[in-house]
Amino acid sequence: MVRVKPGAGPDLAVGLFVVLLGLICLWQAAIIPVTPLYAQVGPKFTPYLVGGMVTVVGLGLTGVALRGGWSKDLEEMADAPPTNWRALGLLGAGLLVNLLLIDSLGFVFAATAQFVLVAAAFGSRRPGRDLLIGLAVTLGAFLAFDKLLGVDIGAGILEGIL
Amino acid sequence: MDVWSGLAFGFGNALSITNLGWALLGCFLGTAIGVLPGIGPALTIALLLPITFQVSATGAFILFCGVFYGAMYGGSTTSILLNTPGESGSIITALEGAKMARNGRAGPALFTSAVGSFVAGTIGTLGISFLGPIVVELALKLGPAEYFSLMVLCFVTVSAVLGGSALRGLASLGFGLMIGLIGIDLQTGQPRMTFGVTELLDGVDVVLVAVAIFAVGETLYLAWRHVEGKQEVREVGRLMMSREDWKRSIGPWLRGALLGFPFGVMPAGGTEMPTMLSYYAERKLVRPKYREEFGTTGAIEGVAGPEAANNAAAAGVLVPMLTLGLPTSATAAIMLSAFQSYGIQPGPLLFTSQGELVWTLIASLYIANIMLVVLNLPLVGLWARILKIPTPQLYAGILVFATIGTYGISNSVVDLVLLYGIGIIAMFMRRFDFPQAPVVIGMILGPMAEQALRQAMTISQGDWTTFFTRPISVCILLLALLALVGPRLWTLVAQRRHA
Repeated sequence: MVRVKPGAGPDLAVGLFVVLLGLICLWQAAIIPVTPLYAQVGPKFTPYLVGGMVTVVGLGLTGVALRGGWSKDLEEMADAPPTNWRALGLLGAGLLVNLLLIDSLGFVFAATAQFVLVAAAFGSRRPGRDLLIGLAVTLGAFLAFDKLLGVDIGAGILEGIL
Repeated sequence: MDVWSGLAFGFGNALSITNLGWALLGCFLGTAIGVLPGIGPALTIALLLPITFQVSATGAFILFCGVFYGAMYGGSTTSILLNTPGESGSIITALEGAKMARNGRAGPALFTSAVGSFVAGTIGTLGISFLGPIVVELALKLGPAEYFSLMVLCFVTVSAVLGGSALRGLASLGFGLMIGLIGIDLQTGQPRMTFGVTELLDGVDVVLVAVAIFAVGETLYLAWRHVEGKQEVREVGRLMMSREDWKRSIGPWLRGALLGFPFGVMPAGGTEMPTMLSYYAERKLVRPKYREEFGTTGAIEGVAGPEAANNAAAAGVLVPMLTLGLPTSATAAIMLSAFQSYGIQPGPLLFTSQGELVWTLIASLYIANIMLVVLNLPLVGLWARILKIPTPQLYAGILVFATIGTYGISNSVVDLVLLYGIGIIAMFMRRFDFPQAPVVIGMILGPMAEQALRQAMTISQGDWTTFFTRPISVCILLLALLALVGPRLWTLVAQRRHA
């Protein structure tokens, strides 16, 4: 049984994740249907190569993690503040809200909701004011991109009226 | 077109009112967005890519080059006044610049970096004008085998040589290559790496990946480590440099520019090494009278040199990008994809097939440089005010534009899921010190490398030794091998000698 040195657990997880990524790539390469078309280098070759490389690199990283990991040597980690769960949670909620609302309510409302939540994540205490700023920013951006540049930012309630 | 007639033609074209307008807009937007903490030139150009739907190729590239140079300048302002560098090239600027600002010398620090950027940018652009056609001459002699080897060299240098660890760099590169593989294989029409998701058949957009890494991932990481409290913006104060400051800056400007440009041109691009070297050189070369200022009150040489090196290297990156189609920085990779969205493939043929575009572009680089130095010194008060946008609203706004950059292009929620998914991976990459640029470079250069590989193999009728029997190809591959194992062998030898 291999003992993980204290503090190297996260590094080990990262190494294993990279291995997993490489294996996924190899799996996807294996299921590419064989083509009847003639080609000196078929469509499977590069995915196998990349998947193999990533797997090997992942094994290397896992090895480094088992020997104590690399995080302890990072300058930035030495005086990093602790994880801010509140900020991460609010930010994640903002992204999720945008994801869920954008198809039904449209860009302006979904992005405004996201704006308020993200601002709160970074310590803003005035959601009412953020709501107004967010509305102004998203509306302005929508008008600039949609009307001036002709970029279609989807349909929604407000977008249909404008 | 030779250099002189090319430049004459280019200036004739670039000095038209519309093109001057694009350059001005680019410089202004680039600086304004570049000043925002945490946003560098790569993200700025990625967010402006939708413009390519509406504007002619020439106009769009003049705009992008203005943005490119402007964002570099804006980044140095942030480093000096806020001590938060927006990209790796300005980390060194922050070192001395922020110290000068703390001692009430922010004005001269900003001034010397503005003029230094101008000097270096002009030297760099001169380099592009005269070196570009020469590289093109050489590049026309290269076949697909040599191109493939060159791309391998590029992969090795951007991932394994720069940055903290070769393993982590290669992992980033592999991640980018995997993203680049997603979609329909152009040669055989087979879907690859799509997991059966129809939306992935078209591949993943480079804007999405750039925004995910540089905007979403960065914001998530900042939230992870967020501490309540306000960041202090230093006052600009008196802007002008004294006669003494001028005397102390001229040498570092020129040395920095001459040091930075070759680094940018080489496939081992990147701005970290030349800025660092320039910093150490200036610290060694400074007159003993001022040596004390390094690391204490802030020495103007330590701002002038690295800032010039940074700008010259960034200009140098355009040489392999325009002449070989090889992007060696994240910004260049995104500009390359902008070329592709116009159906233009950068490479040796660009100078002949799109000569007008190339020379207009180069001419507008000179113009953008002049505009920036004229625009930025009087407007420095405005830029300092942009820095006062409070963090909560700033990051909330950045994520709004991230949504536009992805959902706005495709109207697909699948793209938003991908954006956030890659953003979360990018957050962990930040935490575990995986470099970000290889992802973007791998994703853009990967498919091009695969194509070159297949062409080479078709020409050689399936003979793998073609890469080792063609002299130029084998030289480049040996260089790549040397770059990969050289540094490690060196440390091994050094350890032996010590023991």
